[in-house]
Amino acid sequence: MGTATLEVPVTQKTATSARRIKVEIRRQASPDAKATTETFEIPYRPNMNITSLLGEIALNPVDVSGRETTPVTYDSNCLEEICGSCAMLIDGKAMMACSALVDRLLGDKPDKTITLAPLSKFPVVRDLAVDRSVLFENLKAVKAWVPIDGSYDLGAGPRQQPQIQEQRYPLSNCISCTICMEVCPQFNDATGFVGAATIAQAKLFNMDPAGSVLKEERLRALAGDGGIQECGFAQNCVQACPKQLPLTEAISDMGRDVFVQQVKDFFTR
Amino acid sequence: MAAAPRIIVIGGGLAGLSSVIKIAEAGGTVDLFSIVPVKRSHSVCAQGGINAAKDLKGEGDTVLKHFDDTIYGGDFLANQTPVKNMTAQGPAIIDLLDRMGVPFNRTPEGLLDFRRFGGTLYQRTAFAGATTGQQLLYALDEQVRRHESEGKVTKYEGWEFLSAVLDSNGICRGICAMDLRSMEVRTFAADAVILCTGGIGAIFGKSTNSVVCTGSAQSALYQQGAYYANGEFIQVHPTAIPGEDKLRLMSESARGEGGRVWVPRDKNDKRVAKTIPEAERFYFLEEWYPKYGNLVPRDIATRAIHRVVYELGMGIDGQPMVYLDLTHIDRATLNRKLEGILEIYEKFVGDDPREVPMKIFPGMHYTMGGLWVDFEQQTNIPGVFAAGEADYSIHGANRLGANSLLSCIYGGFVAGPKAMQYAKALPAQSGDGGHAAEIARQKQINQGLLTSSGTENPFRIWRELGETMTRHATIIRYNAGLAEADAKIVELLDRARNINLSDKSQWANTSFAFARQLFNMLHLARVVVQGAAVRDESRGAHYKPDFPDRNDEKFLKTTKVSFVDGAPKIEFEEVDTSFIEPRPRTYAATA
Ligand SMILES: Cc1cc2nc3c(=O)[nH]c(=O)nc-3n(C[C@H](O)[C@H](O)[C@H](O)COP(=O)(O)OP(=O)(O)OC[C@H]3O[C@@H](n4cnc5c(N)ncnc54)[C@H](O)[C@@H]3O)c2cc1C
Ligand code: SF4
Ligand code: FES
Repeated sequence: MGTATLEVPVTQKTATSARRIKVEIRRQASPDAKATTETFEIPYRPNMNITSLLGEIALNPVDVSGRETTPVTYDSNCLEEICGSCAMLIDGKAMMACSALVDRLLGDKPDKTITLAPLSKFPVVRDLAVDRSVLFENLKAVKAWVPIDGSYDLGAGPRQQPQIQEQRYPLSNCISCTICMEVCPQFNDATGFVGAATIAQAKLFNMDPAGSVLKEERLRALAGDGGIQECGFAQNCVQACPKQLPLTEAISDMGRDVFVQQVKDFFTR
Repeated sequence: MAAAPRIIVIGGGLAGLSSVIKIAEAGGTVDLFSIVPVKRSHSVCAQGGINAAKDLKGEGDTVLKHFDDTIYGGDFLANQTPVKNMTAQGPAIIDLLDRMGVPFNRTPEGLLDFRRFGGTLYQRTAFAGATTGQQLLYALDEQVRRHESEGKVTKYEGWEFLSAVLDSNGICRGICAMDLRSMEVRTFAADAVILCTGGIGAIFGKSTNSVVCTGSAQSALYQQGAYYANGEFIQVHPTAIPGEDKLRLMSESARGEGGRVWVPRDKNDKRVAKTIPEAERFYFLEEWYPKYGNLVPRDIATRAIHRVVYELGMGIDGQPMVYLDLTHIDRATLNRKLEGILEIYEKFVGDDPREVPMKIFPGMHYTMGGLWVDFEQQTNIPGVFAAGEADYSIHGANRLGANSLLSCIYGGFVAGPKAMQYAKALPAQSGDGGHAAEIARQKQINQGLLTSSGTENPFRIWRELGETMTRHATIIRYNAGLAEADAKIVELLDRARNINLSDKSQWANTSFAFARQLFNMLHLARVVVQGAAVRDESRGAHYKPDFPDRNDEKFLKTTKVSFVDGAPKIEFEEVDTSFIEPRPRTYAATA
């Protein structure tokens, strides 16, 4: 060819069939507006994911009955399941939209309708976008950081065995998607439960040699109402977490540490 | 100034967060603006690692070699003073990140582990699994959260920077921003502003960048009088996974850990990759560049793949794809060192790269160009600083792998203290500092968009822009194609004025926000295209077959573009070469 072009290929050749994907989307214009449902049909291409499907709707926001509507509001950024933005209910299941592949969702039922809805445990902002700032507030409450002296040059940090890194790294992969909170039966207004992600992050920083100076404060923050005791061991979190965090292990380790701390505090305070 | 300086930082990627930390530490107050919650910034996508010459592998690496590799890799276009400073600070920056708790990979003795990346012969890249950017961003995010809980930082997440507020002397007095939920537009006062808004991938439609990397903020500032420099230098990463909505990166670390790039020697070979014997595979990078092999710099690998596919017609199955093969490395090693990126391939393509060679093709990845800044990270607008991918300062004509994360943190660490210093010496503003005028201007733009009753869909215009830019302004450039692209962008700008928003509501209206960004993308696209058109030479990532050689006499110069009468105006500036004499850049046998 030898031309100036950089043609962008798709991994498989585009199918020419007029196959269409049916998708039903829960819409809500604002936090207190009534929720409605709209159905769309989108031309099928192999290797589509849910975010590219939503992109197609934005290009041509017309529903299945030919009625003009608005592009769907949803959160996304990285499109490769690392920023944690795009969690939503896909066919009723909490998943990341960017890594949810249409072919896989349809399986052997190409005529199936895919349903999209916002996460149910967080206030809806609009359509599929919800407000998940509660997680960031919880991270503040457990002081999920290493209290370094300062950012000036203090030389190398302490040596650390690779085994410590291998334990900490999986916990540090949490993308703050809040799926573990969405699927947890205990995560609701009645309990005020902080949720698995926050507990796992508290463990991560307690394991850091320097971060552990705040260990007791973190444990105290996780004691009492809304703390680790609310966990009912349903284990939904560990199954739903897109990053496979060892959440139940983190919760039981931290549960033990919180208990020990409470006993200590009982006798010394 | 009696009160503590009030600084606005725009963008919460690595560059933004590192400047916030420095300012908070020095006693300043920060308002931090970001479209996405800062923890979801594009920096999380970085996989491979971060460079610093700590020489923990007994190879005799030094910061001066890192300096030389960076300058040479950038084909001598970078100003040498800031690069020298950055490489000198590299080891201290890694130590700091380590102290912040970044789970860097370790050697058995408990020291930091390093791997090799492109464009160097040393193992200089520290890494945290295959998610280094994510781990670094989180470490800085945690520190900023700590300052936030102490009241030194206020976050405005979900707010988009629209423009700078300039007083009658052209001095920056704050910013104008829009709440992406309520769509409220207001101005915020500040003594200095630091723009850390990242890359511009969206101008090319599909790229390896995140959705919000539109370059809209840089473009808005350029349209207000800031210089944009070296815009024509666009890095196309050799190994991306072609996809429907995005080109997902396959990190250079795959080659750093021994990945090999090849195609069948016989272009009609239809056998399954694994059954093709060694002798019948064409490892073209290893054959053409025996010294660096698969780890030649990105521009060179990209053009080699382009040549194999389009000139030699040797793409796999006649398609624009080549193999990136890891299957000769054992599973345990792959899982330990590359799991994160292998999962991406598995997740989005469906094949296991431990068993089946990956199919990859180059994709737009990074902009070396950006807002012009001096050696203290200040733009030509007094009081506006820039850092990170949004500035042009470090990478010259081509960026070396794993140098960006370092340059982001370095840039933030310079910009923060310099902005403080500037703010302390700033005389008080007269009048309202330009706030009322700026808010009126922005509201008028919004009104125009909301009432426009044309026929154009902003997403459609964007798609056409992406196709045009990818076709004419990436790997190989011809002046005729660039002229065509510029004409097309002008046409798109025209059509964009005839937009019809299907959504005119004033609550979380994403297409409205996007339409605003689209104008800025179009203006910035012209900067890229016109810069490329004028530069009749080949240097680093910028390659013109009609001018295949580097021409130092004419073009060892920084391109500086200003916005005059609604169009780019180009001028050139001398490059600082005070330490290393420019020499020919060749990665062949005897580099
Ligand atoms: C897939 C991939 C892998 C990479 N791997 C590596 C690697 O291994 N090593 C390496 O050194 N480099 C790597 N890079 C490059 C590197 O990741 C980026 O250059 C770097 O992260 C940019 O950081 P930043 O702080 O400049 O901007 P970003 O992290 O992009 O942050 C930009 C911030 O600005 C905000 N923002 C943007 N516009 C506005 C606006 N108008 N108003 C308000 N806020 C705004 C965003 O919300 C965000 O917070 C990689 C890049 C990609 C795409
Ligand atoms: S622990 Fe898993 S599910 Fe929970 S927020 Fe983190 S990544 Fe998401
Ligand atoms: S868009 Fe980042 S996780 Fe889906």
